[in-house]
Amino acid sequence: MSRLVTQPDAARDRRILILDTSIRILYPSILVLAIYFVFSGHNRPGGGFVGGLVVGAALALRYVSGGAAAVRSTFRLPPHVILGAGLFLSAFTAFLPLLFGGTILEHGDVEFHLPVFDKVKITSALTFDLGVDFVVIGLILMAFAAFGEDLPDAPDSSDDGSDGPVAPSGRRRWRVP
Amino acid sequence: MFFLLLLHLVVGIGIVAGGGALGRRAFVVAAVAPLATVIWAATRASGVLDGEPVTESFAWVEQLGITIDLRLDAFALVMVALVSGIGLLICVYSLGYFSHDKPGLARLAGVLTLFAGAMLGVVLSDQLIALFIFWELTSVTSYLLIGNDDTNPRARAAALQAIFITGVGGLAMLAGLIIIGQAGGTYRISELLVDPPSGAVVNAGLVLVLIGAFTKSAQVPFSSWLPAAMVAPTPVSAYLHSATMVKAGVYLVARLAPMFALTGSWRALVLVVGATTMLVGGLRALRQHDLKLLLAYGTVSQLGFMMLLFGVGDYHIAEAGIILILAHGAFKAALFMVVGIVDHETGTRDIRELHGFSAAPGWRAVKVAAVISAASMAGLPPLFGFIAKEKALDGYVEHGDFAGGTAALVVIVLASILTFAYSARFVLGIFGAFGERDRDVVSVDAHAPSAVFVGPSVVLSIATVLFGIAPVLIDGLIEGATTALYPGSEPKPVELFAGFNTALLLSAVIIVCGIALTVLRAPVADLQARASDRLQAVPSTEQGFLAVLRSISVVSTRVTATVQNGSLPIYLAVIVLTVTVVPLAAFASELDDLPQFIETPAHVAPVAIMVAAGLGACIVRHRIAAALMLGAVGYAMAGLYVAQGAPDLALTQFSIETLSTVLFVLVLRFLPRSWRHRAPAIAAPMRIAVAGAVGVAVFVFALSASNARSDVDEPSMSQVMIENSLPKGKGSNVVNVILVDFRGWDTMGEITVLLVAAIGAVSLARPGRRRDEPEGPVFEEILDVGDEPKLPEALR
Repeated sequence: MSRLVTQPDAARDRRILILDTSIRILYPSILVLAIYFVFSGHNRPGGGFVGGLVVGAALALRYVSGGAAAVRSTFRLPPHVILGAGLFLSAFTAFLPLLFGGTILEHGDVEFHLPVFDKVKITSALTFDLGVDFVVIGLILMAFAAFGEDLPDAPDSSDDGSDGPVAPSGRRRWRVP
Repeated sequence: MFFLLLLHLVVGIGIVAGGGALGRRAFVVAAVAPLATVIWAATRASGVLDGEPVTESFAWVEQLGITIDLRLDAFALVMVALVSGIGLLICVYSLGYFSHDKPGLARLAGVLTLFAGAMLGVVLSDQLIALFIFWELTSVTSYLLIGNDDTNPRARAAALQAIFITGVGGLAMLAGLIIIGQAGGTYRISELLVDPPSGAVVNAGLVLVLIGAFTKSAQVPFSSWLPAAMVAPTPVSAYLHSATMVKAGVYLVARLAPMFALTGSWRALVLVVGATTMLVGGLRALRQHDLKLLLAYGTVSQLGFMMLLFGVGDYHIAEAGIILILAHGAFKAALFMVVGIVDHETGTRDIRELHGFSAAPGWRAVKVAAVISAASMAGLPPLFGFIAKEKALDGYVEHGDFAGGTAALVVIVLASILTFAYSARFVLGIFGAFGERDRDVVSVDAHAPSAVFVGPSVVLSIATVLFGIAPVLIDGLIEGATTALYPGSEPKPVELFAGFNTALLLSAVIIVCGIALTVLRAPVADLQARASDRLQAVPSTEQGFLAVLRSISVVSTRVTATVQNGSLPIYLAVIVLTVTVVPLAAFASELDDLPQFIETPAHVAPVAIMVAAGLGACIVRHRIAAALMLGAVGYAMAGLYVAQGAPDLALTQFSIETLSTVLFVLVLRFLPRSWRHRAPAIAAPMRIAVAGAVGVAVFVFALSASNARSDVDEPSMSQVMIENSLPKGKGSNVVNVILVDFRGWDTMGEITVLLVAAIGAVSLARPGRRRDEPEGPVFEEILDVGDEPKLPEALR
């Protein structure tokens, strides 16, 4: 809380209008790109890992404009749940074939037709990749939660003791150049 | 047999798990297991004594050829009689000793049962590895029993000392047993007996096994744990630390001596250690004021005696050992029980406070039991202990014609005189005139003990008298056990009076000298005290043990301080130099021809950026600027991937670089903006040297790695993967198919690592969460080892 006391005016000039506005457009587009990467990954550049990293880049943008609170409010699920769900999804996909007499990590695929996309082929590698995607997203969320910081004027910047370290008072905080 | 072991296990765990409600009655439940064992052994006894052992075998670790082979022969029967017979009496005795419920009592009863099962396993195992496992289980249960009163630091220290010493010995023994088993081609004792191996390696193995046996049976110089273990409740001392567990070492020596007594240095080692232990134990017993310590040192002495009898590998002498093991079990357990009764009813076991005790009413049975048992210990006729001593003397007189035999006989006579003296000290200490007049008299109005409390010691005294007067009752068992140890031997029958011979004369000498020593006890005590003052400079075994512990602590502190000196630059230098420079020579030797460095002009620009940004990262003074420079290196790398036609790698590299730069900046906020160069002048050249070495090493590694498969005929792995990607992996992006399919397991591992890293990062970022938790007692506190090692703050 000492930060608020020592730097009462710092919050006001922190926000940059151009940045905030462009993020409003960029953020959803990047997420769409990430989803594309995950789904196209099996045949084109992309994949779960890259998809997760791209989501991470989008989160970094949100952090720049809204601080840790903005990152935290991105997903309803807490980061560790996303992380665990990802590992579970991947492991589940890996071990599922054992139930049907296959070997671990054996992948099957289905092909069907959708109205717009025409022929769609989905392999079980996709769920495995989705698991990887979730793990990466969870990791990045946790990193922001751990090392990130709330903007001073953010509505929920009150120190509830659960998120992020408090920067030692008196040290310069990172600012958008 | 197996079901008996299981019964002990089930009863023991059952009492430990749910015994809190049982309280004292836990000992009644615990008695079921030894009772069943005694009944079972009794039904099998006649067959076993006819020379037909009962055997059972269970596969355990078949791949290693480890089986649990149980074998009840006559010698095992002797041990079972000790373990379960005395175990049963101890359960009854405990009902009297623990007259009130207190916490931890049920746990004591349960662990006691588990110990009894482990000890049964030791004496029934015919297989060396299984024997070792049970052996270690007795050490562990002994540790738990000594430290049962876990609020008492002395009990914890004694328990640690016991498990350290027996544990180290156990490890040595395991190595020795494996050497013997491999050399002999079998781990079964009964098969080794037929065809024992020999040679220098076996000799070394035997020395290791003997170390194990010596630690377990508290032989000098490993004896310090046994007196320290007297802090345990008296039923535990009576059972584990006199009658059964400490005899495990003797038991193993008895089992192996018929095969190996003449191999290498076995006999010399056993004779020297056994004789020293017997004398030192006797001398120290004579100086004790605490009755339990007196008995403990007496036990040490008697264990040395047993080593002398079993270790030489002659069946005449070993027969005496079998009698002694039984006689000692009977009289020593009874004496411990008596001490427990005295301690319980008066609150002290210091002989200086116990004078005038015999005047108290209701103590006749205790007195009779104590006198009979002590007399048996002293070797007075017509008691069981006398027969044992007579047989031992006779064995050494008639068959001690080996090197050191006469010396051993002299030691036995001398130590037996001491035994007589400390037996007398024990009896006079409780019931006689040892007490000092200026102390409070606590014994006159002592409460009379209950029948349950006294009963077991009376039963043991009856056995002592009965087998002394009519040894024919137990003759079959002892002869059978001798033949079991030494097949084809013809043991002499056990007799109370074997005619007027040298042994009888020696017994008379022992008794006369013992009486003299008792009469002259005051001057003898002075003499011992003065001699002991002279020896003050020589460290005792207890001090030796503590010195070893202390030096381990000091050395590890120094090593930690040297290796983990807390300097991040040094850690980094050591790590990167080890990883890169150590394999450098091997990589450099693989380097034959240099590749073409620039394949297309497109390579030049990214590489130039990389070099420039890399140098820039070294030069700039601001941390964040340096992080951005590193980011530039990464982006240029992505550009190089694009130039090489690897869009997938480039994409990944690009995203990774973006994110890691952001995270870098997040973390660097907490550090000062720029480096302050307070390091000594030498630091900069050293850093440059380390960085240069690492750079060269990585360069060489990259060159030789890319050449590594050039001279292999098989199709290259990348080719195989590219071909199989679509047909088998159902995907045309090879990189992704490798990640999720061909090398899917790797990815599983990697995301698990990511998960762990995420948790680690969060806990690093939130330090001091557990600062308020009270710290548990540290080991150094318990042992009072002194300086607590100072860890760097980060490692706490």
